[in-house]
Amino acid sequence: MAKVIVMTSGKGGVGKTTSSAAFATGLALRGFKTVVIDFDVGLRNLDLIMGCERRVVFDFVNVINGEAKLNQALIKDKRVENLYILPTSQTRDKDALTKEGVEKILDELRKDFDYILCDSPAGIEKGALMALYFADHAIIVTNPEVSSVRDSDRILGVLASKSRRAELNQEPVQEHLLLTRYDPERVERGDMLKVDDVLEILAIPLLGVVPESTAVLRASNIGMPVTLDEKSNANQAYTDAVARFLGDTVEHRFMKPEKKGFFERFLRRTA
Amino acid sequence: MSIFNFFRPPPRKSVAEEAKERLQIVLAHERAAGSSPDYLPILQRELLAVIAKYVQIDEKKVEVSFERGGDYSTLEVNIELPPPSNDKAARARGTGPVTGGDAKKPPAAAAKRA
Ligand SMILES: Nc1ncnc2c1ncn2[C@@H]1O[C@H](COP(=O)(O)OP(=O)(O)OP(=O)(O)O)[C@@H](O)[C@H]1O
Ligand SMILES: [Mg+2]
Repeated sequence: MAKVIVMTSGKGGVGKTTSSAAFATGLALRGFKTVVIDFDVGLRNLDLIMGCERRVVFDFVNVINGEAKLNQALIKDKRVENLYILPTSQTRDKDALTKEGVEKILDELRKDFDYILCDSPAGIEKGALMALYFADHAIIVTNPEVSSVRDSDRILGVLASKSRRAELNQEPVQEHLLLTRYDPERVERGDMLKVDDVLEILAIPLLGVVPESTAVLRASNIGMPVTLDEKSNANQAYTDAVARFLGDTVEHRFMKPEKKGFFERFLRRTA
Repeated sequence: MSIFNFFRPPPRKSVAEEAKERLQIVLAHERAAGSSPDYLPILQRELLAVIAKYVQIDEKKVEVSFERGGDYSTLEVNIELPPPSNDKAARARGTGPVTGGDAKKPPAAAAKRA
């Protein structure tokens, strides 16, 4: 049975698109046929992060409106087997997505894919509601920072009341916390919320901690999901998170500052 | 610990600890309130209506503040009352007495409210 996952956060700019690209790539690398859908109508970005922006012909809204077939709009990734992207439209029409339209496409994708990952726009308005409505799993992307944590709490409330599972009184959407842009050194200094603080407040299971990493910007600049950047710690963090999602037991890492040599520490102090 | 710490003020709450406390308080309230409408504006309007039955009040001279705390919250309503001379003038014009009003309303209206 295909599973629908939403990557959501409430707050903008916390790393949903980065995480969607990385997570979808990770699932495909594990052999699951995966499609990642950009729900951010009007602000298409997933195509750039996935590096397929020059291959977009038709989009999600074209398919909903019957202007294109689903397989015409799906873009097959050139690097990873089993990975597909469904780009969003650049239209300014906020009502371009309808529940019926989205449902029709998801039902069609379900027949063919193992995982359908929805990259949600920020906010708790229509676009975000559409992205989460049909979800079986929700990955809550949160930064260790007060407004992000508060907005995550709100989106958890929305999931519990406005998702299809909630409306139909089915088993609730399964929630997972993905704490990103974590800086263990600042945590050590007492300047940043700890993993445990965020967990205590939000009270949902921890899927992974992704450290603040220069590899993320580098990867986005060249249109490569960070999961393909072999050496980066962000890649390892996302790969671990995917493994946990699939049921593997993997110890959490990147929660403590990296051990630094004397020389490096000296440089940092004088910098 | 270096000797210099000896001269420092006693350790204070870290920024992260303060962030956590603030979040816990605000979320406790937001979760309890859920999506129900905020009653404060209505409460304020009704409070003023009651007070206005007895004294003349200037809407601009009313301050309402609400502060959420961990154990309890406080609602503070500050109303600047007009100087006594105004009050007398009002009574001279016959708007002062507080009898009448509700008492004269037909019982049907009261029943509706209950
Ligand atoms: N782990 C990380 N380390 C460093 N930078 C990061 C990390 N994760 C995300 N970023 C950066 O944060 C910015 C926002 O990321 P992204 O676009 O993924 O967020 P978003 O939640 O999708 O935003 P929006 O709400 O606008 O859709 C980008 O510049 C990205 O490179
Ligand atoms: Mg995004």
